[in-house]
Amino acid sequence: MTGITDAVPRNVLEVSDLSVEYRGENRTTRAVDRVSFTIGPGEAFGLAGESGCGKSTAANAIMRLLRDPAVITGGSILFNGRDVLAMSPDELRSFRWREVSMVFQSAMNSLNPVMTIGDQIADIFTTHEGLTKKQALVRAADLLDLVQIDAGRLKAYPHQLSGGMRQRVVIAMAVALHPMLLIMDEPTTALDVVVQQEIMAQIADLQRELGFSILFITHDMSLMIELSNRMAVMYAGRFVETADAQELFANPRHPYTRALINAFPPLHGPVGELTGLGEGVRFSNIPDLVEVSPGHLAALDPVSNHDIPGGRS
Amino acid sequence: MTAQPLARRPQPGASSQDDPVISLRGLTKDFQVGGLFSRRTVRALNQVDLDVERGEIMALVGESGSGKSTIARCVIRLERPTSGQIVVDGVDVLRAEPRNASHAYRAKVQMIFQDPFGSLNPIHQVRHFLERAIRLHTGVGRRENIESTLEELMARVDLPADLLNTHAFELSGGQRQRVSIARALATEPQVILADEPTSMLDVSVRIGILNLMRRLRDDRGISMLYITHDLASARYVADRTTVMFAGELVESGRSIAVMDHPAHPYTQLLLSAVPDPDRAGSYDPVERARLRSAVLHSTSCPFGADRDNPCSATTSVRHVVGDPADRHWVRCHLYRPSAEVAARALAADMSEDDDVARPAARGKTA
Repeated sequence: MTGITDAVPRNVLEVSDLSVEYRGENRTTRAVDRVSFTIGPGEAFGLAGESGCGKSTAANAIMRLLRDPAVITGGSILFNGRDVLAMSPDELRSFRWREVSMVFQSAMNSLNPVMTIGDQIADIFTTHEGLTKKQALVRAADLLDLVQIDAGRLKAYPHQLSGGMRQRVVIAMAVALHPMLLIMDEPTTALDVVVQQEIMAQIADLQRELGFSILFITHDMSLMIELSNRMAVMYAGRFVETADAQELFANPRHPYTRALINAFPPLHGPVGELTGLGEGVRFSNIPDLVEVSPGHLAALDPVSNHDIPGGRS
Repeated sequence: MTAQPLARRPQPGASSQDDPVISLRGLTKDFQVGGLFSRRTVRALNQVDLDVERGEIMALVGESGSGKSTIARCVIRLERPTSGQIVVDGVDVLRAEPRNASHAYRAKVQMIFQDPFGSLNPIHQVRHFLERAIRLHTGVGRRENIESTLEELMARVDLPADLLNTHAFELSGGQRQRVSIARALATEPQVILADEPTSMLDVSVRIGILNLMRRLRDDRGISMLYITHDLASARYVADRTTVMFAGELVESGRSIAVMDHPAHPYTQLLLSAVPDPDRAGSYDPVERARLRSAVLHSTSCPFGADRDNPCSATTSVRHVVGDPADRHWVRCHLYRPSAEVAARALAADMSEDDDVARPAARGKTA
């Protein structure tokens, strides 16, 4: 709502040709391979794929959270036009959380079990904004109110809250400093379907209110399509397809995208036998993305515009 | 795979093939809460009547805390029900084996747990888990026989036999869950209780496990109680689905009938929470608030015209829905014995719908 109203809408995040390698003693694995995407102001961009496809590695690269043996070997990451890869440790310190924040996988276990919720939230304000403890606790109460948790819970310890509430606390902490980009890595994987629905609605509400952009990582295509404007499907470190979320679901062009959609049984229609992502079906030598229709790119054979010949092995 | 089926031993006390394999009557479980000397209890299950037919997959769906795992834990005898009857294969087990489950019972009823990383000791080889179950529960004793049984078990869960000598820690999540299933199959069970067997697994292997469950039912006639909160997977794999809410059953029937024509507002609420790409803008807070209040406060029942089963707020009347062949019933909308528990269940994690209930509280922050 009060989002960014620049005359020229500039992308919040521009990732181009990003490559990340894990360097072992004997071999090197390329976890992210020449990946490019942009996220506009207020946009929700989804990144889908199975375990090990490199989606979390890409997110950690954007936060500059990678450590040995992971190395960014190529490409660039621009945040609001600033080069993230060239930031000094001091710049990084304010970049993280103030401008980009992250909700980690099984985030509800990332709260400190021996500190009260209030103290943990207040820490953000005392560290990043130099507030006194008292002022910080007032802000913390406001923040809990934002995610509809009673301010009385400030004195509660994490184990006294339900899984859904803990997840909401973590999300509140992530938006505490009004970052421009919120990265969420499987924010609802450990939750049941009702709580998941509530968290997703909460995130959509917060986004409307605060106007941040979202990078949303999950393997659940249905969930992703509900939240995302645009999305990309990742496989073995490469993007195999990217498009508007509805378009991607309606007209998947890459066989892997189709397989990923079919990996979840539908809630309507006839019950047929699904094969999903048959273990053993593998793609290799995934080509660069080509535009198959406006805004819809897929890693298809550039000449025939069809599935990669001999792509399966 | 051309493995010979395991020899079926005669089942002592086996009842007629038409009887349900599991039959629960009035199953009630209270948990003590608070300190050691506390008298307070929480009712996790209230008067549950449930049948699982032979060769059927029955899905038990509901949100966390609705009591679905408690049912499985009572049937597998990890919990002692406060009252009620558990009849498995014609035997009233709480009466026949009141203290602990017998050896034969444990072979007959097996369980697969949610977390394959916690249910297999990482330092043992796959062979160890299966061999122990075979030695303990079947007549197979000779070395070469065990070897062929092991290979057959591995084939049945689509794992290569050379994985027998790998350690559990070397396996992927999907492979571990297949080993758990093979271990359950080793005792030649009649019933498998599967408690969220796919929720910890990656998307790439989930469908494989669900297909394996379907195949075990179709080829071996194994009955299953499939506990899940993933309604789409229940629709895919289960013949019938039963919906649980606050420790009670509210609706049951052929899976497709229940999912396509949910009759209880709670079932509708549950279905509306499932992300569904075919339903544009699926989240409708006004509709959800309406459903929630219908669960807790509805004063009329759309099935009130049921002459044989008149509505009642004091007895648990089951109204038949649609085609009787679907075995689809819904609990009378008026009957809410544990209204307090229900209100708490709906209130605990659902405060985000307060933007409907109390609009004034919104927007004063940020």
